[in-house]
Amino acid sequence: MGWKRKDLLGMQDLEASEITDVLDTATSMKEIASREIKKVPTLRGKTIVNLFYESSTRTRTSFEIAGKWLSADVINFSASGSSADKGESLLDTARNIEAMSPDVVVVRHRASGAPALLARHLHCGVVNAGDGAHEHPTQALLDLMTIREKKGHLEGLNVTIVGDVAHSRVARSDIFGMRRMGITVTVAGPPTLIPAHCQELGVKVSHRLEEAIASADVIMMLRLQHERMQGGFIPSIREYSRVWGLSLAKLAPCRPDVLIMHPGPVNRGVELAPEVADSRYSVILDQVANGVAVRMAVLYLLAGSKKA
Amino acid sequence: MSTREKAQVLDETGLDRALTRIAHEIVEQAGGGEDVALVGIKTRGVTLAERIAAKIAGIEGTKPSVGALDITLYRDDLRLKAEQPVVRSTEIGFPIKGRTVVLVDDVLFTGRTIRAAMDALMDLGRPRIIRLAVLVDRGHRELPIRPDYIGKNLPTSRRETVAVLLREHDGMDRVVIREE
Amino acid sequence: MSLLIRNGRVVDPASGTDGVLDVWISDGRIHKVGRGLKTPGGAEVVDATGKVVCPGFIDMHVHLREPGFEYKETIGSGTRAAAAGGFTAVACMANTFPVNDNRAVTDYILARAKVEGVVRVYPIGAVSRNLEGTQLAELAEQAEAGCVAFSDDGKCVMNAELYRRAMEYALPFGTPIISHAEDCHLAHGASVNEGLVSTELGLSGQPGAAEDVMVARDIILAELTGAHLHIAHISTAGAVRLVREARARGVRVTAEVTPHHLLLTDEAVRSYDPNCKMAPPLRTKRDVEACQEALADGTIDCVATDHAPHALAEKEGEFAEAANGIVGLETAVPLLLDRLVRPGVIDLPTLVTRLSTAPARLLNLPGGTLAPGAAADVTILDLERTWTVNPATFHSRSRNTSFGGFTGTGAPWMTLVGGVKVTP
Repeated sequence: MGWKRKDLLGMQDLEASEITDVLDTATSMKEIASREIKKVPTLRGKTIVNLFYESSTRTRTSFEIAGKWLSADVINFSASGSSADKGESLLDTARNIEAMSPDVVVVRHRASGAPALLARHLHCGVVNAGDGAHEHPTQALLDLMTIREKKGHLEGLNVTIVGDVAHSRVARSDIFGMRRMGITVTVAGPPTLIPAHCQELGVKVSHRLEEAIASADVIMMLRLQHERMQGGFIPSIREYSRVWGLSLAKLAPCRPDVLIMHPGPVNRGVELAPEVADSRYSVILDQVANGVAVRMAVLYLLAGSKKA
Repeated sequence: MSTREKAQVLDETGLDRALTRIAHEIVEQAGGGEDVALVGIKTRGVTLAERIAAKIAGIEGTKPSVGALDITLYRDDLRLKAEQPVVRSTEIGFPIKGRTVVLVDDVLFTGRTIRAAMDALMDLGRPRIIRLAVLVDRGHRELPIRPDYIGKNLPTSRRETVAVLLREHDGMDRVVIREE
Repeated sequence: MSLLIRNGRVVDPASGTDGVLDVWISDGRIHKVGRGLKTPGGAEVVDATGKVVCPGFIDMHVHLREPGFEYKETIGSGTRAAAAGGFTAVACMANTFPVNDNRAVTDYILARAKVEGVVRVYPIGAVSRNLEGTQLAELAEQAEAGCVAFSDDGKCVMNAELYRRAMEYALPFGTPIISHAEDCHLAHGASVNEGLVSTELGLSGQPGAAEDVMVARDIILAELTGAHLHIAHISTAGAVRLVREARARGVRVTAEVTPHHLLLTDEAVRSYDPNCKMAPPLRTKRDVEACQEALADGTIDCVATDHAPHALAEKEGEFAEAANGIVGLETAVPLLLDRLVRPGVIDLPTLVTRLSTAPARLLNLPGGTLAPGAAADVTILDLERTWTVNPATFHSRSRNTSFGGFTGTGAPWMTLVGGVKVTP
């Protein structure tokens, strides 16, 4: 096994072999979810701190379950109701937590670069659970695991990411990770929601939904945040969902084995029509299940061993 | 660390005979009334379990269930390692509760692998009885673990290693002792 | 009281001088510049063999933070940093607390400078009250009190009508209007330059257009009013082009550039180091090249550091939350000597023009020359001295620099103000 990193901060610097290691480990660990006793002793006595500055029940719960199934002690530290409210700096909070000797700190923060800052200052491993619009590596890993599971392979597939790519850390991590694994990535959305220089990331850019998804093996729909109407990115949610929302009718000309994915939570009726979210094309719930497996794998790789 | 082969302990025929005898012993102890299942410990234990199951099919007419167990998550030495060992998947496609489970491994040494395997089995269900079949018992137990079915007893020194080579993995069937 | 600076290479573009000469200083003024000068007995002699003797450098864009932000810098510590960096004068911006938008604050600054200042301090007054961009500050009284220019630096005056009126009102005083050109809507929420780096890092970026749009507007207003417009911290190829074209048309527009915009690109931000966060942000390679070219051909008139001290807590932590700016007084001259003069991007006389002759002319200051009768503000350089930037040894109260650990050759050696050595 090749995992040598202290931290998991993003997909951009991971080698294909490292990504494969995580996916293989996650695949092996997935069966724990189907056991009657969902526990293995692997991380017994290890302490994992979830340091979530942005509220996120889903991701935090996923990490919590992953840690607990591995017998670790998981502590949740959410910024509301903590010293962060009293204006304690990020570094001071982290140093205080480190003084309590955790083995891994999982951090989500609205500022890009915050996990990198923590990783430089903390001795324990740091997992990026989402930093600003930068990266969300465990999401990309679970997306890759889901695609590999359903399609049997990754290289050569066509994936189209639709929506607010400019503000999405999921999109960035997916782009970095998918390209590393040999997937051809297309991003699609109105020009205001596609970031500057996006093509230089090695992706195709499309401003027409139908054309972008026509030959896709996987369609990844991103969540549209309602704040995007401010700042003039889109005129209205209504127009966005009409033009960019995915409906069964728009899916009709697509490949019959196309997968519909979404990092969640889904804005039903905005980016995904309810019938599509619940259709046979959707693997959204598989993503959630794989999320726990991937996070178990990540925690195992980072927390389990003696670090030099 | 380079190893050199010191001696061959079992050749292809000897290995096959050992497995045949183990199969007979399992059948005899089961007495026709028990519902025996074989669970091989990854990786070579699984191959041996498959072969024993095939032999039992030849004797009794029906092949017992065979499962594969990965014990990495239950190891007691993870803390001591610099890198995490590879986790492989556990595939046991039958219920364990109330059954007689025979764990199968290639070499029994300190007993820690078997301890981990028993913990893993317990988390998967509650077997009625757990028995242990090993192709080679090389001594040097560190835990109170003893096998029920033994292919060959092989006293060794700590500096030696015992390698079980199997057709399916290594292209040939033999058991050898190696030394540094 | 006489002081003789002997045998140095005297570079004084204002008087057309470049040669090995002696400089005779008497009673705080330049008495004579010539070969083999004989001073009366008892004169102190500074042996400047192998050194370069220049008119004192002037940094026309400095934040001294006093009054109000003394924890970052004071007039005392800031001017000591200036002296250490080879500067004999600084012009300080108005975004203090309270803002320097009335003569009481200007008087305070000048009074403090008299007591604590180690180099000359020239206040720049605010254009608008409290930098709010809605009402004119008391420009006449401020000019009378000693403000040498007006600027809302730190912020952009978004209201074109107000800015026009400020330019007109200030015309009789001869004080330039210095623009922090940045459209606050285009730049809203941005912490870096909009480009491939900002896209990869998921940081909100402002396009170069945010600066260009305002430079264009300010140039047109300057054309309308006849005012002297000076563009602060120019950073984009687009803005450089606009200035060049406007000057060719005869508009009274001048520009300054910081050392960091001449030497660093937005690639530096990849580390998420808040010491690479400033306004305007570090731009692309193309922009840096355009600025270097413009500095060489004179489209950019001078280098000004935009010395912006901040406390440690304001420059560690989340990138997007960090304060903007870096200190610059102690790193500017060494960096320019090593990274621009040594490789031949500009020659030494051009550097002296950009650091001394031009700022003096732009702000109508005495200085910028070693002609007889001028105040004896002298900067002596040692082109062979090697250095490593070590923020821990800064004279400034603050340590926020992007250049920590940089090495090079060529540094200031001695600084004199009014004939008195002020090098700390």
